[in-house]
Amino acid sequence: MSESKIAGLHRMLENKEISCQELTQAYLDAMERDNGSLNAYVTATPESALETAAAVDEKLARGESIGLLEGIPMTLKDNISTDGIRTTCCSKILENYVPIYDATVWKLLRQQNAVLLGKTNMDEFAMGSSCENSCFGGAKNPHNVNHVAGGSSGGVASAVGGHLAVYGLGSDTGGSIRQPASFCGIVGMKPTYGAVSRYGLIAYASSFDQIGPITTNVEDAAIVFDAISAYDEMDSTSQGRQGEPVCRTLKNDIKGMKLGIAREYLDGVRDDVRQAVEQAAEVYRSLGAEIVFFDLPALKYALPVYYILACAEASSNLGRYDGIRYGYKAESYSDVNDMIKKTRSTGFGEEVKKRILLGTYVLSSGYYDAYYKKAQKLRGTLVSAFSDAFRSCDVILAPTVPMTAFENGHAVSDPVETYLTDICTVPVNITGLPGISVPCGYDAKGMPIGMQIIGNSFEEAKILNAAWQYENAARIYKPSDFGVKL
Amino acid sequence: MKYELVAGFETHVELATNTKIFCSCTTQFGGEPNTHCCPICIGLPGTLPKLNKRVVEYAIKAGLATNCEIAEISEMDRKNYCYPDLPKAYQISQFDRPLCNHGYIELSNGRKIRILRIHIEEDAGKLVHSRGSTLVDYNRGGVPLIEIVSEPDIRSIEEAREYVEKLQLIMRYIGVSDCKMQEGSMRCDVNISVRPVGSEKLGTRTEIKNMNSINFIAKAMEYEFNRQVDLIESGEKVVQETLRYDDVTNTTSGMRGKEDANDYRYFRDPDLVTINVPRSRVEEIAAELPELPAQKLKRYVEELELPEKDAQLLVKYRKVAEFFEKAAEGTKTPKTAANFIIGQIFRYVENEAEKEAMDIKVTAESLNELIKLIDNGKIRMNLAKSTLDKMLETGKKPSELISESDMAGLDENALAELCQKAVEANPNAVADYKNGKEKAIKAIVGFVMKNSRGKADAMAAEAKIKELIG
Repeated sequence: MSESKIAGLHRMLENKEISCQELTQAYLDAMERDNGSLNAYVTATPESALETAAAVDEKLARGESIGLLEGIPMTLKDNISTDGIRTTCCSKILENYVPIYDATVWKLLRQQNAVLLGKTNMDEFAMGSSCENSCFGGAKNPHNVNHVAGGSSGGVASAVGGHLAVYGLGSDTGGSIRQPASFCGIVGMKPTYGAVSRYGLIAYASSFDQIGPITTNVEDAAIVFDAISAYDEMDSTSQGRQGEPVCRTLKNDIKGMKLGIAREYLDGVRDDVRQAVEQAAEVYRSLGAEIVFFDLPALKYALPVYYILACAEASSNLGRYDGIRYGYKAESYSDVNDMIKKTRSTGFGEEVKKRILLGTYVLSSGYYDAYYKKAQKLRGTLVSAFSDAFRSCDVILAPTVPMTAFENGHAVSDPVETYLTDICTVPVNITGLPGISVPCGYDAKGMPIGMQIIGNSFEEAKILNAAWQYENAARIYKPSDFGVKL
Repeated sequence: MKYELVAGFETHVELATNTKIFCSCTTQFGGEPNTHCCPICIGLPGTLPKLNKRVVEYAIKAGLATNCEIAEISEMDRKNYCYPDLPKAYQISQFDRPLCNHGYIELSNGRKIRILRIHIEEDAGKLVHSRGSTLVDYNRGGVPLIEIVSEPDIRSIEEAREYVEKLQLIMRYIGVSDCKMQEGSMRCDVNISVRPVGSEKLGTRTEIKNMNSINFIAKAMEYEFNRQVDLIESGEKVVQETLRYDDVTNTTSGMRGKEDANDYRYFRDPDLVTINVPRSRVEEIAAELPELPAQKLKRYVEELELPEKDAQLLVKYRKVAEFFEKAAEGTKTPKTAANFIIGQIFRYVENEAEKEAMDIKVTAESLNELIKLIDNGKIRMNLAKSTLDKMLETGKKPSELISESDMAGLDENALAELCQKAVEANPNAVADYKNGKEKAIKAIVGFVMKNSRGKADAMAAEAKIKELIG
């Protein structure tokens, strides 16, 4: 396992056991071989990847030291803007859109010579739980390609779980990092709202969206989080990481740490998933932590609040795709209004159109008070409920998803059930809290089960610490058969 | 029946900040299309707005200068509508928590026109129609605006005119906008209704959109007032609608449908944070405000003892007032400077734009120098007047135009000598005077003035002549 970890690869590069170009080429070759099965990447960037790798090799040849993320092959979800590299949100409406600026997170990583292998698949505009709402077709689960990788950051999870990238950045609006990480048996963290700059992240729901790392292990998540959690003046809602780098406290003892379990989080969860989480609680007890149970009745509001508010914001955020300035434009039309109408009708997929309609509806005069305003109020209720909970525990333990990865096509055939699977992930987006998903078992078919550790605002260090201790004690992670083997 | 006009204004004023409201692009007017743009102001996917602090500061100034309360907490909202000149398909504006509330502007008749609110927002781009196709120029997109919303307190076209002029003047004084209506940096929407005189109930209103000249506003209001009165008189009803004024035909017509039917689906912009303006900051900004036109007018009349009419002419343009104050500084009576400006200099700055710019060859300092020569008895008024004309033409200073000998004046002997000459040269006038025609003496004094090239003191000359022919 160590050979696919950031620190291990960094040592190999420094010790010249492998050159950065060899390492990069190994990933590019694996992509060539396996992407057909996984459909993780929608755009590959081999030339610029090898160019960066060559620059890193030159530095190493000159005897210069390199940073931890320098020369490490990685990927970005295709809603993170990359100057000169197509960024599509996996939507027909942006299929030919090439940004002219870099998202802040990519700027930070590029400055550290991160090797970008390509852009990865996602549900269109990050709306979905299976990655199947992608105009390029869904990404597949590296543990079994008959199952979905999850969504919306399915491509990143598939690439990282399938060893076609060491790590990746996804975005999480209602679970889009944690859910595919859980499905693919890897680690995904949604940071506190404001910890990572959103500048350059193509918005789905602005007050929920947050960029975070998807990695094979907790330590890598901590390393990447430290690298991207900087205050950014380009994002008014940015605050940056509060406190010292999380890597420093990652391996601290957790004796006496209080982990809370809200009973409502376990309602309706599949038995094997609940058992896996309960076993994880046992592992924590054995590490000297304390498990406390509590009630969180406000949780029942989470799904409607999420779908009302996220869709409202989305309906406004997606108004700009009109075919006038960039992206797809309908081929024939009678006038400008007809052009906009046809462009949007044929450029957006079904799920996106559904959410735009829903969002437009809840903001309309006459319905605003009954839906949008009420949902905002309940958002406040959830925020206080969670902050109350953190008076009696340090972190909250919960399943990430009530089940394991669906089979291909299932989400499309049962959209309401698919919405319901977001129940465990949306609360932290509503409340702005940080949450991390780590693998905690496998179902009878061998599909990974994930559990979630939720922290108080800006307490990423605490949840990463708890996650690392569990990972180290339970040793659940199993690499998939795909991708690079060093 | 007699009808009364009831009108309220929504005035958009472009703020004169160097950069746009949410990015660092220039706000300069004109420029090649789409050159004053960046990913943020053309709303590229993933970009985020960042509020320009200067915009908040300017809007607070505007609020304070119009007697508004400044909200300690205000918010930015999205106004959603789809139009090609609006690249995000929403305008970032303020809806339920504007920055300034409850102010007023006092008119010369003593009536107060209440201001409901002033909020900040971004301007849209511009559609350019050419040869059957339409292009979009986003240079203006993201230029900061304030929208000043009045209550329906205006009762006549004269009041409307004065309200707009006062607003324009105040904004220019405090330096937040040049308010050039012809360039669109000040635009008015007018809400109009009519009601029988004495009635308290408001009639159905119409809204005339986007007018960019005070004269058009007056004409449009007059037309619309008459149209509504005619409708009511003939038993029809005024329909609430949005109108466009056509300055060629001098009529208003409905913009029809879409704009009226818009549901803007306002909601708080999640990309921006709450605007907090501490009391102390408001006080700081208030302390920085210059003397406002109303205060200046009062001071000119009460302290400088100018006739109100003159004072009004001077305060009407900030640069004129500044020029006046410098020119009058340290002189015996401020009235002298006022007279020179109104009587002579205004002939060189005839229209509004010229007065606004006050771009003339004479500096306030040299006018001040000229007035001091009069005050010190070095030159007479008529020489000063002719010198000022030369100054206005050439840009030279008084010292370059008036010689030592000009300033020396005439001594008593020279004056007596010249008066003697004048008596001898005008026997008819002398005879007339002796026969009781008092006015005939003016001709003899005129001779003295002419031959002394204005240096003689007319009063002294008259006395001397009377003595000679007495």
